[in-house]
Amino acid sequence: MLAKVYVTPKKAILDPQGKAIVHSLHALDYAEVTDVRMGKYLEVRLQGLSRQQAEQRVEEMCRRLLANLVIEDFRFEVVED
Amino acid sequence: MKWGVVTFPGSNDDRDALYCLETVLGQHAVSLWHKDRDLKGVEAVVLPGGFSYGDYLRCGAIARFSPVMQSIIEFAAAGGPVIGICNGFQSLCEAGLLPGALVRNHSLSFICEWVRIKVETTRTAFTRACHKGDILRIPIKHGEGCYAADESTLKMLEDQDQIVFRYVNEAGEVIEAANPNGALHNIAGVTNARGNVVGLMPHPEHAVESLLGGEDGRKLFCSVFAR
Repeated sequence: MLAKVYVTPKKAILDPQGKAIVHSLHALDYAEVTDVRMGKYLEVRLQGLSRQQAEQRVEEMCRRLLANLVIEDFRFEVVED
Repeated sequence: MKWGVVTFPGSNDDRDALYCLETVLGQHAVSLWHKDRDLKGVEAVVLPGGFSYGDYLRCGAIARFSPVMQSIIEFAAAGGPVIGICNGFQSLCEAGLLPGALVRNHSLSFICEWVRIKVETTRTAFTRACHKGDILRIPIKHGEGCYAADESTLKMLEDQDQIVFRYVNEAGEVIEAANPNGALHNIAGVTNARGNVVGLMPHPEHAVESLLGGEDGRKLFCSVFAR
């Protein structure tokens, strides 16, 4: 099984990398871009778990290590590999 | 007094901290390896600057789960003095020993320069030899030093006197122009409720000899052993 984990900066946290990317996109004439938030994407491969167990374990992994909940939000999906 | 300086893979100010404590300040200092659970009977701990575990995932995120950190968490809970400098500050925040987090500098640039910080409280183990309002000249060198916390945490920090240092100008004014990295409320360092754990982005261990630009950093270490 594969967990696809997305970690993004919280809305309240200024994301200077995202802002720099917005400026760069505007410089390339993509005037329609209003905002970019830059986060992380992780692929976590798992074995020997039911889907329900996997979801529970990945949730725990996110809370304990993969995301820092002070500054980041996370979401994930578990798919068959 | 016996000090312990932690070395994680990727720490690079551990030697400077040992030199500062032993050679400059005449303390007994030992190195603590990240895999050690035994703190060797030290009476104070320094988490030095650097790039522990390559800053993988987030600065300090992996260091937080090292064996030595489990012992340091217990040491801090028992009231032992712990100071985290730069990457050490990031690790203390990741470990939940200090509130908030450090994120990328607003400028997106790595900054290496001398700054001025104002002592906001003298109730901590590392500032009790200072006076409230003292302005210290100490260098910073970091890419992720922007202090971040939510509104309720900020309010708690203010209410409980947990903000230890703020970036200021020469006149001691807390202004945006004196804020090198975008830190909320110009925060350069914070403490826990008890005052025994302190984290800061500036490097006091680099400011202990006039030959190298200043001695203001000594006050933080002297606070712990000079009664």
